[in-house]
Amino acid sequence: MGLQGMTYLVVGITFAIYIGIAIWARAGSTSEFYAAGGSVHPVLNGMATGADWMSAASFISMAGLIAFMGYGGCLFLMGWTGGYVLLAMLLAPYLRKFGKFTVPQFVGDRFYSKGASTVAVICLLAASLTYIIGQMTGVGVAFSRFLGVSNTMGVYIGMAIVFMYAVFGGMKGITYTQVAQYCVLILAYTIPAIFISMHLTGNPIPQLGLGSGFSGTDMTLLGKLDQVVTDLGFAQYTTATRFSQLNVFVYTASLMIGTAGLPHVIMRFFTVPKVKDARSSAGWALVFIAILYTTAPAVAAMARLNIHATVNTAVLSGGDLLAPESSIKFDDRPAWMDRWMVTGLLKFEDKNGDGRIQYYNDKSTDPKFAAAGWMGNELNVNRDIMVLANPEIAMLPNWVIALVAAGGLAAALSTAAGLLLAISSAISHDLLKGMWMPDMSEKNELMAGKIAMACSIVVAGYLGLNPPGFAAGTVAIAFGLAASSLFPCLMMGIFSKTMNKQGAIAGMLAGLGITMLYVFAHKGILFIKGTEFLGLFGGKANFFLGIEPNAFGAIGAVVNFAVAFAVNNMTPPVPEHIAQMVEDVRTPRGSKAVDGAH
Amino acid sequence: MDNKGEAYWKATIALIRNVLIVWFIVSYLLGIILAPALNSIHLGGYPLGFWFAQQGSIYVFIALIFIYAKLMGKLDEKFDVQED
Repeated sequence: MGLQGMTYLVVGITFAIYIGIAIWARAGSTSEFYAAGGSVHPVLNGMATGADWMSAASFISMAGLIAFMGYGGCLFLMGWTGGYVLLAMLLAPYLRKFGKFTVPQFVGDRFYSKGASTVAVICLLAASLTYIIGQMTGVGVAFSRFLGVSNTMGVYIGMAIVFMYAVFGGMKGITYTQVAQYCVLILAYTIPAIFISMHLTGNPIPQLGLGSGFSGTDMTLLGKLDQVVTDLGFAQYTTATRFSQLNVFVYTASLMIGTAGLPHVIMRFFTVPKVKDARSSAGWALVFIAILYTTAPAVAAMARLNIHATVNTAVLSGGDLLAPESSIKFDDRPAWMDRWMVTGLLKFEDKNGDGRIQYYNDKSTDPKFAAAGWMGNELNVNRDIMVLANPEIAMLPNWVIALVAAGGLAAALSTAAGLLLAISSAISHDLLKGMWMPDMSEKNELMAGKIAMACSIVVAGYLGLNPPGFAAGTVAIAFGLAASSLFPCLMMGIFSKTMNKQGAIAGMLAGLGITMLYVFAHKGILFIKGTEFLGLFGGKANFFLGIEPNAFGAIGAVVNFAVAFAVNNMTPPVPEHIAQMVEDVRTPRGSKAVDGAH
Repeated sequence: MDNKGEAYWKATIALIRNVLIVWFIVSYLLGIILAPALNSIHLGGYPLGFWFAQQGSIYVFIALIFIYAKLMGKLDEKFDVQED
């Protein structure tokens, strides 16, 4: 069977499984819609949380970015796992004890104010919408490749499918569907990694393969990679940092804090059966997430080595990388290159007219490249294609390539659906019904939610066509927005008995505001190209201590805390019953079943 | 809050603080700040700083959550505030 047919078959089978499970599980109980995992084993619940959490950014985009960032890619790896430690200790058990469904509900009750709740909804929308833009970018890459269409068309198709999936599915609450999605995406991620690790190092476990010797030589895999990339003018793989160590530090912190502040993640811990479960369920979720996250660095390094080996035969033979015959002829290119060139995400331009592909860092000042007749880098590789193209580059069987397609779609769709449900519940339940139209009928509430979803998809799809960065980078901005606004507010709500509503509101607005200001100055107002206003700040990118906008959330969080405490000191203290409520939230005893009422 | 409640909260904060110290050391200290220095040591084919940043810290995070959950369970029982 051809690759295209196999892809349709595997993607079709996985979709049939999700839909089948959804129908089977729905017949059992509809009340599970919100109380995801009420009676589900913690291990299965951990898998479901893993599927919810790992999105196109984790699956499709992250390893590709790490492949070209080298060591500095650790900011994604640590940032998107370390946050679970914060979540498990600082928020999850207390929000569970509080016993409501949504983040704005907690903020509204703890800070005894509808204003605070409204501001929380705004923060939630800003973070979730940005997150969906990143998903759309990733979905566009996946669909364009597997349907053989342009990237733009891929985004349109992705928008339609995500919409149907979220509106008709209601899949989010159905834990068993997510367990199936987790299984598909983790198999799709690890199987090619095992094949490639076996091939390059003889060790089938990618986590060990990355630290093993390179087959057929006395060098380590990482040593070989370091040598190849530095010979081609790139920074050394195992030490290449991202701008500066300070930037890596702040970026990691921003992703960690954002993890603990993202509403669709927090929501899962609101509804576990007991406070005790809220603590350990974060641990189980992290176990299943870590299977992918510890494989990703191996995928990254091996993909990087493979792509150099594909276009330059001297990488494997150990000969002279710059010898004319080492670069492969464009006419001898492997078939996968053609398949990706259709999407516009892989480009070749024969700058020196020799009919061969020279792929190197042309910013390098080393004169040896010019001396060899290399007139500039001729291959342009979009980072987001690396994971999907990886099995093709490594010439794995068609069924593996098809499985990776199915995994990428599972990751993107499950997260996008979860985010859209968080958005629709915030708008229809917290904002419209909770504040403006308390006597709205259930039917109208549902309709308002669906309209909110449709609008979100259109906005996210439009911005996904001209994304502010690669999928994982865009998603990182979403984490920054959550880190700077919601996390500090939630944490102060639990750990400070004296924080009042004025402090909380001022803190959220200041944190979100300053983070948006910094991001929009670099990426354009609402991410619209051409509206950047860096000129106002001297025109230099990363002007604050050399920190890039994707990493600014941690700074925003510090501003949030500082402003909140300053305002708190100047305004009236919290009412007595609120202090009592905080004390009650701090002890597990007396936790009740979750009820969604205001 | 009565004395027992206060003592429970104090013990909780102390536990969280200790876990956060380890959390900070493996990720920010060994994985970022000291990584360049640690890279001269090798763990198999891994430079050690690189290993902490891209592998080791994640394993420690998992262990930390389960240790925290277990110790909190003990605290709940000691202060008799566990769920029924």
